[in-house]
Amino acid sequence: MDVDAVLLARIQFAFTVTFHIIFPSFTIGLAAFIATLLVRWRMTGEERFQRLARFWTKIFAISFAMGVVSGIVLSYQFGTNWSRFSEVAGNVVGPLIGYETLTAFFLEATFLGIMLFGWDRVSPNLHVTSAVLVAVGTSMSAFWILAANSWMQTPAGHEMINGIAHPVDWVQIIFNPSFPYRFAHMFTAAYLTTSLVVLSVGARYLVANKFHEDAKTMIRMGLGMVAVLAPLQLLIGDAHGLNTAEHQPAKIAAMEGHWDGSKPASLVLFGWPDAAAETNHYEISIPNLASYIITHDFNGTFKGLKDFKPEDRPPVWAVFVSFRVMVGIGLLMIVTGFVGAYLWWRRTLFDTGWYLKAVSYMWPLGFIAIVAGWWVTEIGRQPYLVYGILRTKDAVSPVAFGAVLTSLTLFVLVYSSVFSMGVMYINRLIEKGPEGKAAETPDVLPSRPLSAAQDSEPQPGAAE
Amino acid sequence: MEGIAYWLPLVWAAILATAVTLYVILDGFGLGLGILFPFAPEEERRDVMMNTIAPFWDGNQTWLVLGGGGLLVAFPKAYGIIMSGLYLPIIIMLLALVFRGVAFEYRWVSKPKHYLWDLAFSYGAIVATFMQGILLGGLLQGITVVDGQFAGGTFDWLTPFSIFCGIGLLGGYALLGTTWLILKTDGPLETWAREKGKQALVIVLAVFAVVSLWTPFALPQIFDRWFSWPNMLYLAPVPVLTALAALSCWRGLSSDAQSQPFISTIALFLLGLIGLVISNVPYLVPHSLTVWEVAAPPSSQMFMLVGTLIMLPVILGYTAFVYWTFRGKVRAGEGYH
Ligand code: HDD
Ligand code: HEM
Ligand code: HEM
Repeated sequence: MDVDAVLLARIQFAFTVTFHIIFPSFTIGLAAFIATLLVRWRMTGEERFQRLARFWTKIFAISFAMGVVSGIVLSYQFGTNWSRFSEVAGNVVGPLIGYETLTAFFLEATFLGIMLFGWDRVSPNLHVTSAVLVAVGTSMSAFWILAANSWMQTPAGHEMINGIAHPVDWVQIIFNPSFPYRFAHMFTAAYLTTSLVVLSVGARYLVANKFHEDAKTMIRMGLGMVAVLAPLQLLIGDAHGLNTAEHQPAKIAAMEGHWDGSKPASLVLFGWPDAAAETNHYEISIPNLASYIITHDFNGTFKGLKDFKPEDRPPVWAVFVSFRVMVGIGLLMIVTGFVGAYLWWRRTLFDTGWYLKAVSYMWPLGFIAIVAGWWVTEIGRQPYLVYGILRTKDAVSPVAFGAVLTSLTLFVLVYSSVFSMGVMYINRLIEKGPEGKAAETPDVLPSRPLSAAQDSEPQPGAAE
Repeated sequence: MEGIAYWLPLVWAAILATAVTLYVILDGFGLGLGILFPFAPEEERRDVMMNTIAPFWDGNQTWLVLGGGGLLVAFPKAYGIIMSGLYLPIIIMLLALVFRGVAFEYRWVSKPKHYLWDLAFSYGAIVATFMQGILLGGLLQGITVVDGQFAGGTFDWLTPFSIFCGIGLLGGYALLGTTWLILKTDGPLETWAREKGKQALVIVLAVFAVVSLWTPFALPQIFDRWFSWPNMLYLAPVPVLTALAALSCWRGLSSDAQSQPFISTIALFLLGLIGLVISNVPYLVPHSLTVWEVAAPPSSQMFMLVGTLIMLPVILGYTAFVYWTFRGKVRAGEGYH
C-alpha cells in the first residue's frame, strides 16, 4: 500500500464527513426547535407557533434527507476505506455505532414519517410526540457517535491483545475522558448554529419588510438562545481545551502554535506556522497569555511541538488556522448576542436596521465554526487515528489507488451538485416564507382515511 | 470450541440475516417503485407511487445501516474484508442511494420542474438495486483472503454470475414494488400494477431457475452441499415451496386479491434467502471464513446482544405502528406533502 492511496482515503473521509456534519448540526437543533414550537402551540393554542413549525418542518425534511444519505455513506466507509481500523478498533467502536443505530437512527427515521406527513392524519398530541421523539433520536445519535469519536481521541476502558482492542469496561469506554466535554461542546454548537439560522432568517424577513409577526417570534427565540449559548460555549470550549492539554498535548501545541516548550507560551492571535522552520512567521501575540489559559499561571509551561518527534506531530498549519476561525466566530457570536440583547432591552431591536441587516448575513457562521472545530479535533489527532494505538497510515484498507481515486472523484462530483441543489431549495423555501406554499400539491390532506374501505370508520385519534 | 464462543456468533449471524431480510423486503418495494418509474411516465401516477412510501422509506432504509453496522459490531474482520473486497459496487450503491433518497424531498420542492428528480429517483433505485445484486453475486463467488486481509483485485466481483444476480434482483424488487402498489392504490394504477406484476414474476422465476442451475456448476462447494446425502432431503422442500408461492402470487395477481400477491412475493424472497443460508452456513465470507473465525470477542457481542434483544422488538413495534397509521389506499391529489 503506497502513501498516495492513504492520502486519498484521508481526503475522501474528510470530504464526506465534513459534508455530513453540516446537516446534523442543523437537524439536531432544528428538531428541538420544531418540537419546542409544537409544544408551545399545544400549551398556548397560538396559531403562529404551529405555522412556524410547519414552515421549519419543510426545511427540516430536506436537511434531514441530506443528513441521512450522507451518513449512510460514512458508516460503510469504515469498512471500505479503513478495514484495518475496523479490525483493530471495531470491537470497541462497533457496538457504539450499533447502539446508535438501534436507539437513535430507527427512532428518528420512523417517527419522521409521522412528523412530516401526520399533520392531519393523527391527533395533534401524537404528532407533537413524534416531533419530540425525532428530536430525542437526533440527540441520542449525537451521544453515541461522539462517544465513539471521543474514544478514538482518548481511549479508555479497553485492553490490547495481539494489537487488537478488546473492551473491558463499557462505562469507561463510553464516558472516556474527553467525551463529556466533546458532547457538551458539540451539542451547544448545534443549538447555537440553528439559533443563529433562525435569528438570521427572521432578520432577513424584517429587512425585506414581510411576515412581521413570524419574523419577530423567530428573532426573539433565536436571539435569546444565542445570547445565552454563545458565552456558555466559550466556557465549555475553554474546559474542553484544558482537558485536551492533559490528554493530547501535541494537539494543544499545534492549536497554540507553540514550538518551544521550555518557555512560557504567548497567545498567538495571528501568525503563519512554518513546520519546516519550526517557528511562526508574521506573529502577533500577547506574551504569556496562552500559558495562563492552559496552566492558569502566567509563567507556567506546557509542551511545545519541538518536544515531539517530527513524525509524531500533527499538521500544524491546518489545526492552527481552523482553531482561530472557530474561536473568532465564537467571539463574534458573543458580540452578536450581547448587542442584540442590549437592543432588545432598549426596545429598539426590531427598528435597528443595521443590526438586522448584519445579522441576516450571519446564518453560515455556525456551520463554518463547526467544520473548523472538527478539523481542529481530527487533524490535531494525527498522525494517530486512535490516539496512541493506531496510526492513520496503518489503518487503511488494501484497496487499489485507482479505485479510491474513482470513488473520491465521484463523491466530489455528486456531493457538490446534489447538496448545493438542496441548499438552493432550502433557500427557495425561505424566500417563500412561513405563509407561502412550498409545493403545488395540496398542503393539507383531507382529514379522512386514505382508504375507501374505511370511509365510514372514524379516523383514529383525529378528533380531539 | 464450545459454550458462549460457539453460540454467540451463530446468534449474531441470525440477527444479521434478519436485518438483511428486512432490508431486502422493506426497501425492496421502495426501490421497486423506482424501477417501475420508467414504465409509468404520467406525473400523477408517479406522485401516487411516491406517496405510498414517502412516510416509510427512511425507516426502511435504516435496516441497511443495521446490516452494515451489525456486521461491524459482530464480525469486524469480515466487515473489513467484504467492504474492501467489494469496494466499487458498495460505493456506487451508496451514491445511487444518495440520489434516490434526496429525490423524495427535492422532487416536491422543485415542482413543476421536477424532471431531474424523477430521473434521480428512478435511476438511483435501478443502480442501487443492480449493485446490491452484484454484491450478492460477488459475495457468493467468494472473496480472495490472504492472512485475514482482502487480497484480490479491484474488479474481482465483475463476473457474468454477479451481473446476472443484479438483473435478477431488479426483477425481484420490481415484483415487490408492483405487489405493494396493488395493496396501496386502486383504479387504473392498481390494474396497471397487476399487469406489470405478472411480467416481473415471469422474470423472477426465470432467474430463479437459471440461478439454481448455474450456481452448483459455477460454485463447486455449493454443488457438493446440494447433491450430497442427506442434504438433498433437507433441501427438497425449498423448490416445492417456491413453486407454490409463485403459483399463489400469480393467482393473486390475476384475481382481485389485495394482499395475496404481496405476501406471496415476500414468501418467494424468504425462500430464496433461506436457500442462500443453507448453501453457505457456516461461512460468512463464503468458503474462506466462517462466522467463528471473524467474530468479535464475546465481550463485544454480548454487550450488543443485550441491547439488540431489547431494542429490536421495540423497533418492530413502532415500525408496525407507523405502517398502521398510514394504512389504506393512497389516491391522486392526496399527497401528504
Ligand atoms: C453530532 C452529531 C453527529 C456526528 C458527529 C455524526 N452524525 Fe451521522 N447523523 C447524525 C448525527 C451525527 C444525525 C443527527 O442523527 C443524522 C443527521 C441528520 C439525520 O438525518 O440524522 C445522522 C445521520 C446518519 C446516518 C443515517 C441514519 C438514518 O438512516 O437515519 C448514518 C448511517 C450516520 N449518520 C453515520 C455517521 C457516522 C459513521 C459518523 C462519523 C464518522 C457520523 N454519522 C457523524
Ligand atoms: C462529524 C464531524 C467530523 C468531522 C467534520 C471530521 C473531520 C475529519 C477530518 C478533516 C479528517 C481528516 C484528518 C486528516 O487525515 O488529516 C477526519 C478523519 C477521520 N475521522 Fe473524523 N470528523 C468528524 C467526526 C468523526 C467521527 C464521529 C468519527 C468516528 C466515530 C470520525 C472518524 C474519522 C476517521 C476514521 C478518519 C479517517 C482517518 C484519518 O484521516 O484520521 N470522525 N475526520
Ligand atoms: C468561543 C470560544 C471557543 C473555544 C475556546 C472553543 C474550544 C474548542 C477546543 C479546544 C476544541 C478542540 C477539542 C479537542 O479536539 O480536543 C474545540 C472543538 C470544536 N469546537 Fe469549539 N470552541 C469555541 C467556540 C466554538 C463555536 C462557536 C462552535 C460552533 C458553533 C464550536 C464548535 C466546535 C466543534 C464542532 C468542535 C469539534 C468537536 C469537539 O471536539 O468538541 N466551537 N473547540
